[in-house]
Amino acid sequence: MSKAVLMQGNEAAVEGAIAAGMRIFAGYPITPSTEIAEQSALRLPQVGGRFIQMEDEISSIAAVLGASVAGVKAMTATSGPGFSLMQENLGYGAMAEIPCVIVDVQRAGPSTGLPTSPAQGDYMQARWGTHGDHPVIALSPSSVLETFYLMVRAFNLSEKYRTPVIFLMDEIVGHMREGVELPNPSSLIINHRRPSFHDGANKQCYYVPEGQLVPAMKPFGRGERYNITGLAHDESGFPTNNTQVAGKLVSRLLAKVEEHTDDIVRVEEYAMDDAETAVVCFGGTTRAVMSAILEARAAGKKVGMFRPITVWPFPEQQLKARLPQLKNILMVEHNHGQMLLEVQRVTGGATPVSFLGKVDGTVITPAEILAKLQEMEV
Amino acid sequence: MPSDLIHLYMRIDHLPHIWCPGCGNGVIMRDVAVALDEIINDTDNDIDRDDIVIVSGIGCSSRAAGYLDFNSIHTTHGRAIAFATGIKMANPKLHVIVLTGDGDCSAIGGNHLIHAARRNLGLTVICFNNDIYGMTGGQYSPTTPTGDKATTAPYGNLDRPFDIALLAAGAGASFAARGDVFHARETTEIIKKAILHKGFSLVDVYSVCPTYYGRKNKKGDAVEMLKWQRDNLIPMSRFNVMTPEDMAGKKPIGILAENDFPEYTEEYAKLIERCRNKNRK
Amino acid sequence: MIGRKKLVIETSWCKGCGICAAFCPKQVLEIKKEKVTVKDPEACILCGMCEMRCPDYAIYLVNLEE
Repeated sequence: MSKAVLMQGNEAAVEGAIAAGMRIFAGYPITPSTEIAEQSALRLPQVGGRFIQMEDEISSIAAVLGASVAGVKAMTATSGPGFSLMQENLGYGAMAEIPCVIVDVQRAGPSTGLPTSPAQGDYMQARWGTHGDHPVIALSPSSVLETFYLMVRAFNLSEKYRTPVIFLMDEIVGHMREGVELPNPSSLIINHRRPSFHDGANKQCYYVPEGQLVPAMKPFGRGERYNITGLAHDESGFPTNNTQVAGKLVSRLLAKVEEHTDDIVRVEEYAMDDAETAVVCFGGTTRAVMSAILEARAAGKKVGMFRPITVWPFPEQQLKARLPQLKNILMVEHNHGQMLLEVQRVTGGATPVSFLGKVDGTVITPAEILAKLQEMEV
Repeated sequence: MPSDLIHLYMRIDHLPHIWCPGCGNGVIMRDVAVALDEIINDTDNDIDRDDIVIVSGIGCSSRAAGYLDFNSIHTTHGRAIAFATGIKMANPKLHVIVLTGDGDCSAIGGNHLIHAARRNLGLTVICFNNDIYGMTGGQYSPTTPTGDKATTAPYGNLDRPFDIALLAAGAGASFAARGDVFHARETTEIIKKAILHKGFSLVDVYSVCPTYYGRKNKKGDAVEMLKWQRDNLIPMSRFNVMTPEDMAGKKPIGILAENDFPEYTEEYAKLIERCRNKNRK
Repeated sequence: MIGRKKLVIETSWCKGCGICAAFCPKQVLEIKKEKVTVKDPEACILCGMCEMRCPDYAIYLVNLEE
């Protein structure tokens, strides 16, 4: 039986993760993500899981990757400064194909910035923070309840595509308290790992059989010994200097996400059916945008909201599908224009794109969005 | 064809290894294989081969993970102990052995080393300590003696070196020991004890790098460097009865710290039990 | 006979470092053209020192069958 509880976004992230099967949390305190560590420390031993406070964020993500290799779903949570420290091992997770979830509750930067004022300045870092070409899946919730469900999805996608998933929250959603009714965990669909290599002749640990997305992932300790490395490797899991093999590997890693955007990408559209102006936003900015749209609609203006829930890969097809009906687009985000670059790339100059952003740690208000729409002569 | 031991415990398709002629790392890797062979075959231990996980970082030493035929993970530079922490936390039944080097574990990974030691999480760290960064061509490391030369210390090293075994002991390691390449049998015994020790254990094994450290510092070839180990690294039983004059300039090898501290995952298991009992009430 | 052993060299794995020859208690081995060779097979006492010290696993003892 579900029941209504008052809950913070950060707490919902933990409850969602536990519902998805997370049983190891390794992290380091940092505002505004700290409640995720605190709640994990409280909740995990109750469900037979384990929490460990590491010495820094580098070791936190390393421990999470290690736990995943040993067969347990694992998560860490941090904010901008810690997210920067995690970048190298995030790439390791992508290269070695180790599922895990990394929560970044964004705060105003750069550097130590404005703890703990809201911002969304890590959007591009989530995509390009680690070196080298690599696949990225990043999801961004806009409410407490959505944080719960989207976290389940984050773990599911991570297992399905064998890649780290970035859960891009922000201070607004992390510290937002709402009354939510959490579902019965048994009603959720949970992806489990295929815990053995394939039947048949090819038992190489990085061999992808016909019709499969990724290699099977067998936990350490259950036979069929194998090797994992962050070096370019062949299907046997051993390092190679063969450029053809290395090229094929990286192409496969990129393709498994790029070729399945239909499955991975989710957007929320509100009042878009007859919209001539789309306000694009994500995460904690959504609430102010929604409020502004309701007011604009009440004034008879044809404004709708286009909100990527999957923020990486960017919902390119979904936005393109709306372009014929749109006279203009307003991008609203708590940064200097990061998702804006993606919107401009997708529109290719055909649709005018205006921008409203902030880098001072204050929240964008509905009034400011309405004023911007006015300025655009919407 | 190699010997039965090598055939059984190493991935011979990937041998001979990449290490230079005379490099001590091959001997240390063999010591680890012998120790594991003896541990696995002693039924009193009840340790299955699949319960062993080898974790390494980056550097010459860390290539050992790929050669040893166990579950193995070759991680990022300095982070082997942190990866190992996650593996052990996720499955405390596993025997997690970190193979690392002086740079990997005491420079870039120094923070993870001291905190793993402090927590007393049941890992075994075996440091292949060759006093130099070999993989990148001979830069000074945290264990390069003061005054010695390296490509980044062309006028002699100004830093004071770490003693990694004492560092771990100081950080609270419940088992800290020192071994070397020359005393292979003694070092193998120490490694065995370290793996069987309940709690965090570290063995700082003095390797030799004739290619970079030896050549740069006129220490002679691999043979000369091993003779130096023979004459200056003294098994504890012998060291303890030496006169102060004879001890001068020499170091003991053997177990430097051994304590029965609560092991982290065992304590966590008790915590889980407490939480469950509370829920039942 | 129990414990009959034989010295084996895997020449392709030998990197010619000379450690085995230097520490052989009976001076059985020598390095020729950067590879280890047996100079005095009669003197070998099958102690296994070379196997323990070889960093490249290129020299070792095998137990002989009956």
